[in-house]
Amino acid sequence: MTDFLQLVFSGFATGSIYALAALGFTLLWQASGTINFAQGEFVMLPAFMMLAFGAAGLPLPLAFIATCVVAVGVLGWAFKRGIADPLLKHGLMPIVVATIGLAIAARNGIRAGYSAEAHPFPGLFADKLFNVFGVTVTLADVGTLVLALLLVLGTQAFLNKTVTGRAMQAVAQNTESATVLGINVPRMIFYTFAINALLACAAALLITPTYLAKFDMGEGLGNKAFFAAIIGGFNNSRGALLGGILVGVCENLAAAYISPAYKDAVALVIFMAVILFKPQGLLGKKVERKV
Amino acid sequence: MKKLPLISGLVIAAILLAAPPFLKNYGIYLFSYWMVFVIATMGLNLTVGYAGQKSLGHAAFFGIGAYSVAILMQAGHSFWLGLALAVIACFVIGLALGFPALRVQTIYLAFATLGFNTAIWLVMRNEEWLTGGTFGINNIGRPSLFGLNLDGPLAYYYFVLGVTVVMGLVQWKLLSSPWGKAFTALRDNPIRAESLGIHIQGYTLLSFAIGAAYAGVAGALFASLVQFIEPAPFTVGASIMMYLMVVVGGPGYFFGPLLGSAVGVLLPEWLRFAQAWYLFIFGAAVILLMLWLPDGLLSIPARLTAKRQAREASAARAAAAAKVGGAQS
Repeated sequence: MTDFLQLVFSGFATGSIYALAALGFTLLWQASGTINFAQGEFVMLPAFMMLAFGAAGLPLPLAFIATCVVAVGVLGWAFKRGIADPLLKHGLMPIVVATIGLAIAARNGIRAGYSAEAHPFPGLFADKLFNVFGVTVTLADVGTLVLALLLVLGTQAFLNKTVTGRAMQAVAQNTESATVLGINVPRMIFYTFAINALLACAAALLITPTYLAKFDMGEGLGNKAFFAAIIGGFNNSRGALLGGILVGVCENLAAAYISPAYKDAVALVIFMAVILFKPQGLLGKKVERKV
Repeated sequence: MKKLPLISGLVIAAILLAAPPFLKNYGIYLFSYWMVFVIATMGLNLTVGYAGQKSLGHAAFFGIGAYSVAILMQAGHSFWLGLALAVIACFVIGLALGFPALRVQTIYLAFATLGFNTAIWLVMRNEEWLTGGTFGINNIGRPSLFGLNLDGPLAYYYFVLGVTVVMGLVQWKLLSSPWGKAFTALRDNPIRAESLGIHIQGYTLLSFAIGAAYAGVAGALFASLVQFIEPAPFTVGASIMMYLMVVVGGPGYFFGPLLGSAVGVLLPEWLRFAQAWYLFIFGAAVILLMLWLPDGLLSIPARLTAKRQAREASAARAAAAAKVGGAQS
């Protein structure tokens, strides 16, 4: 039983990171219809940026802030202006392929220009163990879970409670009416891209101490985040949280009780089951077909 | 302008027929590799380009084809039995995957197929008794045709080229048949197609299954070409590359796969001079290509025609305006 609880708990910690990456993904989709196949690389790049700033002598908090600034500029603004804006009017296919190209370039650029090895990354939390109801948990797990949850719920609150957040949701739901209402649509879409970049930085900060900084660390993460987003409901950002944690927990349980070799298939099985019975995702809304 | 497609077609045919004998073995191998991918992406083009479905699991069918041949040949059966089984297996699995996938559209379908690819890859990697796991399957033979031995690289290349042409003709026939018309009607406007009495689900499934069968043929040829297979060429990454090839070449253009797989197979080879950076350059090139030509390389002629027509129209307008202006003064 304690084993079980332990597995569930560490699953929650991993899952909350999937949720962070998945949240950015659903935000972009809702606000602008962009599918970013480089979402995993958007987590990998800040990890290396932080390492570079750290190597330049900045302490971790400053390195993180500097990375956030650069990321909003490059992964937010430049990505929107350079790739998303010009390609979106041509439908889904070109943007999917361009972001695939971006992922290939980012991955191999880091490999060729920096290093192919895995680099250790400073942990946010001290090495400390807790004992809760007979379950041993690490401070890193608790901290990751708490921070990730705060970020996801904070983003949620920002979207629902603030004027800017509401305007962003209005843009996502109906761009034309939002324009009529006098909302600055391009700016709201930029905010979404900026938030996506910031969430990616946060995910990098939380995930890299465990998984190490490596040029291909984004590949698996991106896939898991995609599945998490769809399981939860692609057009619902709360779904990202549910999907992420569901995938994280089930993966951990399957690896322990079924077979570690098929751990990566867990996300897929849940995904298949969900789309069979609820194609719009667990929390998603049905989308009407347009004639 | 009208002669351009004919001339470029003849040039390509001449290169494909005449160039390989002058190449070293590696060059011949690359040409064969290219043709294998032409067949695979022809199938994907049917699903993605003509029927408008987002499929990111094509490498799984490619792998099923390759393993069918490898496993059967290892058990002492002929290549041809393996090929037949590859086609049937891919077609049936394509249908089976299509059913749940049909409940979802666009992005959801993309990830359903992507997940399917992951599952197939896991089976290839983990079920050692069947697939050899990460050690793969060695010494896959090459077929013989009507007593002709196809062991040599050049002989095998011409065999693959011949199959490519046959598969191309089949697709050409298919596209000009009512079936093909139904596919494109579906892509352009599913709801209108439905109101015209086209059975959407049936045709979508069919485009999916036929596309999968093409990948099966390509996989069978691939196994015999490289003679050693392991799970690596059949990952999700490979599927994504095939999707990229289709979109870069020009989705919904008959010759799109020919150009697209040249970009995907040959371009990285040309970029080898950049050593460690070659994949970075490749990725950047793909982004630039999409920004410049979002509808793929084969949209260049259509674009030129549109430009010329616009120019002619504005010239005609200017002439008309001059005439009116002249009459007035």
